[in-house]
Amino acid sequence: MADTKKLKATSGRAGRKHFGTVMIFLFLFILGAFMALPVYLAVVMSVKPSQEWFIFPPKLYAMDPTLDNFREMFRAAGQLWVPFSRYVANSVIITASVTAAQCFTASMAAFVLAKGKFKGSKFLNSVIVVSLLYQSNVIYIVQYMVIAKLGLIDTYLALILPGIATPMGVFLMRQSIGQIPDAMIEAAKVDGASMFQICWKIVMPNQKPALMTLIIFAFQAAWNIQSGAYVFDESLKTLPTAVSQAAASGIARQGVAMAAAVFMLVPPVIVFMAAQKNVIETMAHSGIKD
Amino acid sequence: MKSAPEKKKKSSYRSESAECWLMLAPFLIFFVVFTVIPVLISIPVGFTDFDMINTPEFTGLSNYKNLFLSDRTFIHSIRVTLIFAVFSGPVSYVLCFMLAWLINELPSFLKTVFTLIFYVPSMANVYTVWQLIFSGDQYGYANSFLLDLGIITSAKQWLTDTQYILFVVILVQLWISLGAGFLALRAGFQNIDKSMYEAGAIEGIKNRWQELVYITIPAMKPQMLFAAVMQIVAAFTADIVGRNLVGFPSTDYAAHTIMTHAYDYGWVRYEMGYSSAICTVLFLIMFGANKLITKILAKED
Repeated sequence: MADTKKLKATSGRAGRKHFGTVMIFLFLFILGAFMALPVYLAVVMSVKPSQEWFIFPPKLYAMDPTLDNFREMFRAAGQLWVPFSRYVANSVIITASVTAAQCFTASMAAFVLAKGKFKGSKFLNSVIVVSLLYQSNVIYIVQYMVIAKLGLIDTYLALILPGIATPMGVFLMRQSIGQIPDAMIEAAKVDGASMFQICWKIVMPNQKPALMTLIIFAFQAAWNIQSGAYVFDESLKTLPTAVSQAAASGIARQGVAMAAAVFMLVPPVIVFMAAQKNVIETMAHSGIKD
Repeated sequence: MKSAPEKKKKSSYRSESAECWLMLAPFLIFFVVFTVIPVLISIPVGFTDFDMINTPEFTGLSNYKNLFLSDRTFIHSIRVTLIFAVFSGPVSYVLCFMLAWLINELPSFLKTVFTLIFYVPSMANVYTVWQLIFSGDQYGYANSFLLDLGIITSAKQWLTDTQYILFVVILVQLWISLGAGFLALRAGFQNIDKSMYEAGAIEGIKNRWQELVYITIPAMKPQMLFAAVMQIVAAFTADIVGRNLVGFPSTDYAAHTIMTHAYDYGWVRYEMGYSSAICTVLFLIMFGANKLITKILAKED
């Protein structure tokens, strides 16, 4: 008797919880629809033929979808003195270099900051936390002066080097490596391993999620690098610069601009989808303990 | 005289120390050259008159005097930035937190889908689509929709009417603001030890709301602090969205933030000294805001 009563009570509670979950889903669904709407519209407009642009009222779908905008984008970008493939190659080279260099430098720095014993460790750690505030465009102008002084203007390096060291990359990595027990590091030291060996042979093989997260953030940033102020040689310009030039010069301007935006968005979305689980795992350690 | 093992320990400490610096070097070189040096240069440059061609000329406090005493656009830009930060910062922070919390209550497949949906805008550069949505004629989606419902009777000039500009820019800024901070909070929720909730249930915690206040928030403080830093940076340095959406300069400088002002003097007029002074002021504001938020969040224990 008492047992069934208890059962009823718990099932009632579970039912309430279930109802709550449905409500949450509905709420997120509606809000998500609003969030996704602009991206959806961008996709729709990128396949809208030009004669549908001025239909009133504006439609939420394309009646006669076409790939003309994409063709026009490739054509217009291909006419910018160098072939389209050159821009793609530039962006791939730059994105790959920035991402690889960032992983390499951030991994070692983060390991040392998390586990190394040396004078200045505390100071450097606090510098990293404070500089999370400064990774923004505030220093852009002076950064340009430094790049110009180093004679890097009009080279790949002007686009690659400034993107390599990001405080956020090192910070996230450090937080993740900080979770590894000290005893493991000490044991390796007793066995005679150097810090360098411990970093690459023991710690990093266990840091795949953190590395994937770093790759995602680095990829997103590097993929969107505008070569604008740094490179004037057409053959060194990046894909975002080329597609925005194409979007500004094509006949069906807005359609091409949409096609360009959609085209640029696809790679980061794929990379993010592939690595989402790893990202969530890593970001769990992202906290700042104060 | 020191004993042998102690000596050995000391020398191994010294060699570890050297190795640490060696491993830090690749990062530090780039970090110092492209972040630390620019930050350190911009402070003294703020006290000079510098056009990037001639040698900077020391002018003392005159840039700062001009900024606060005679540059009315700058004073206006501070107001715009504060309005912007007050609305977009906290709202986006609460949004990040709430969405992360709600998503975490769902089954795992839906978690993945919703995380993607809310995160994608932060990766997208689709200002053109927003321009179409808020286009001033009746072909704009916002106008067409609102006219249809009878909420407005004539097409509104969303992007050029000073009444709406800031509202539209803040809206779009909110849309792209679910970035790293949102992911950190998402992960924070996911990572909370489930047994803490079971223990809480025994202690008499009844509903999701109480779980949130008594268990979840205290456990997530570090992620909340990280997300706060991210949101502060985004809110105070907002500039690109405005310039892309409502043009530069915007009508009556309605969306003219401090960062836009720095862009104006740095990239358009090549007055680097003045621009650096503006950036230094922005640094100080952000630093202050960060200290304030850290204090508030740390206090809530």
